[in-house]
Amino acid sequence: MNLETLLMELSAAAGISGREERAAQIIIDLFAQGEGAQWISEFSQDRLGNIILRKQGQGPQPPRLMLAAHIDEIGLIVTEMDQGFLRFSCVGGIDQRVLLGQEVIVHGREDLPGIIGAKPPHLQEPEEKNKAVKLKDLIIDLGLPEEKVRSLVQIGDPITIRRDCCALKNSLYAGKAMDDRAGVVALVDCLRRLKERHHQAEVVAVVTVQEELGVRGARVSSYGLNPDLGLALDVTHGDMPGLADYEAFKLGQGPVIVTGPQVHPQIFKTLKAAAEAANIKYQVEAEVTPRGTDAYALQMAQAGVATGLVCIPLRYMHTAVETVSLKDITETSRLLTEFIMQIDRAFVEGLKCY
Amino acid sequence: MLLKELSELNGVSSREEAVRAYLRHRIQDKVETVYTDHLGNLLVVQGSKKPGPKIMLSAHMDEVGLMVVGIEPSGLLKIKPLGQIDERVLLAKQVLIGEQRIPGVIGAKPIHLQEKEERQKPVKLSALFVDIGAQDKKEAEEMVKIGDVAAFDVKAEKFGDRLFKGKALDNRVGCAILLNLLEKEYAFPLYYAFTAQEEVGLRGATVAAFGINPDLALVFEGTSAGDVPTAKKHQQSTRLGQGPAITFMDRSVIVNQALVERLVETAKEAKIPFQFRKATTGGTEAGVINQARTGIIAGTLSVPCRYIHSPVSLLNLDDFENTIKLADAFLKSIERKGLPE
Repeated sequence: MNLETLLMELSAAAGISGREERAAQIIIDLFAQGEGAQWISEFSQDRLGNIILRKQGQGPQPPRLMLAAHIDEIGLIVTEMDQGFLRFSCVGGIDQRVLLGQEVIVHGREDLPGIIGAKPPHLQEPEEKNKAVKLKDLIIDLGLPEEKVRSLVQIGDPITIRRDCCALKNSLYAGKAMDDRAGVVALVDCLRRLKERHHQAEVVAVVTVQEELGVRGARVSSYGLNPDLGLALDVTHGDMPGLADYEAFKLGQGPVIVTGPQVHPQIFKTLKAAAEAANIKYQVEAEVTPRGTDAYALQMAQAGVATGLVCIPLRYMHTAVETVSLKDITETSRLLTEFIMQIDRAFVEGLKCY
Repeated sequence: MLLKELSELNGVSSREEAVRAYLRHRIQDKVETVYTDHLGNLLVVQGSKKPGPKIMLSAHMDEVGLMVVGIEPSGLLKIKPLGQIDERVLLAKQVLIGEQRIPGVIGAKPIHLQEKEERQKPVKLSALFVDIGAQDKKEAEEMVKIGDVAAFDVKAEKFGDRLFKGKALDNRVGCAILLNLLEKEYAFPLYYAFTAQEEVGLRGATVAAFGINPDLALVFEGTSAGDVPTAKKHQQSTRLGQGPAITFMDRSVIVNQALVERLVETAKEAKIPFQFRKATTGGTEAGVINQARTGIIAGTLSVPCRYIHSPVSLLNLDDFENTIKLADAFLKSIERKGLPE
């Protein structure tokens, strides 16, 4: 398995929230029949489509650690047909300003390439140019006659951005859906690393669905697995002009270990210690709101789960050019692996002692 | 496929090298003379010894794009447009920079960290930048220089029903039409001008027309189509699939009445569909050719394109072929009837 190839394939694969099948299939192929099958002891999927990859722990009473990274991406959905063109709505938080001039794929009866267009600028009044394009002014052009569109597309069909991932300098990769396919890649790489290691904890890596619509996949999978502790793996904002240092993190400078109400202090501490012991560069983010990652669902599962959150810095979140560093992904998987090595029954017993 | 190859070449205004080299390679063995001038126009002469009027056919090679005007300490590139680009189409797009085609992306602030009011306003060009993944200014300078240009990174391909998708169809479609006409023989001297710097003020055609000094010029263009439901009916300047668009007037020229009539008459006789370009805004090289020297009769024939001057545009392949047919029939009409009078 080549991480770069996996990242590029996952980035290009379609899988908006609730319609994750194609992106998920890449992970299923890897772990059900492929190379990954030997890294885990059990493969399963639940009713919402979460992929559950279990690896047994060693020793008596292994504590159960649930890892979560989401496979769904933000996207669009067909809401109306207008003279052979499509109107659409957003699935997940999308700035409508990044949509103009994007290529998309409408997943109708077949995959149909489309273009997000608007009224040509030459035909706009001068004051229109000073306003952001609104969603209602955008249309998808399939280049097909109206009757063909009606026969191939239905209201409710999912739409994804059509964008091949591209390699920039310094092992940076830009494309759609890096949020959180980058996290999924780190999760996969962690399982690969664990093959060589003897760890006490039972590791259950969950590739979750529907995170972008309110951490729904993590909610049901963490209920079902009822882990002793949890760790969510997601992305956080990368540095760019216009963002303050405290809310945006440097690409290539390692994973971001998050602290805040949703993170158990012991887990935060142990993550940092594991990073330091293994010479892994890391950054720290203080996040006050619990929403927005699978950590939220994990923390509140059943009678409560001690949870941690590790994020990969990502520039231009929720756009078609989400940019991540492959180095950060591999360092994140290394951090996870080293963290897992610290987990034993005694550690878990200590998590309730405040 | 000719259109695909032309669309995927990068030739932002004043940096038309790749397009010019491609065209020169394709035609140099087939034509009488091919030469370039100070602005970088690629000029081709066929049948200079033939009797009859001197006809100039023109299509610009350049496309709208971005020029790197600064490199920030962070390694991000500051950009300005070459040609008219609605800055709102730039967010979250991939570009290729310079002759080395270095990949970069135009970043956009994440929605999570925006105030609600921010989303009501377009992002100003001054706030935009290209990210090539460089760690700092020094590293960026190893790959990109101030003055390098960036073009959109878009694959050209057939699309939908008889459509073609790609960047720079304005005006690689014109170049493709000229290449097709170059294969044909006419009974009078023909001057083909693949021009430079159209998008920054019709500069190539201005000097080419002076140099060639033709009796009549016909310009080939990709023109804006308005056949989308978000445009009102009266705003639909041209429509895809309705045939070549004949200009009678735009901001730059009022086309000689006899020339318009000859084009219409020729289309009707040859049963080639056509439409008038209804908008009177916008300008083409016909404007500057019309006012070259002591005045030259000049008109424009266009292939309608949706979403021009954006990363991805669409044209109808039947329109493309019908424009070649109409141009050919028009040139043959000059053989039979002489210049339109």
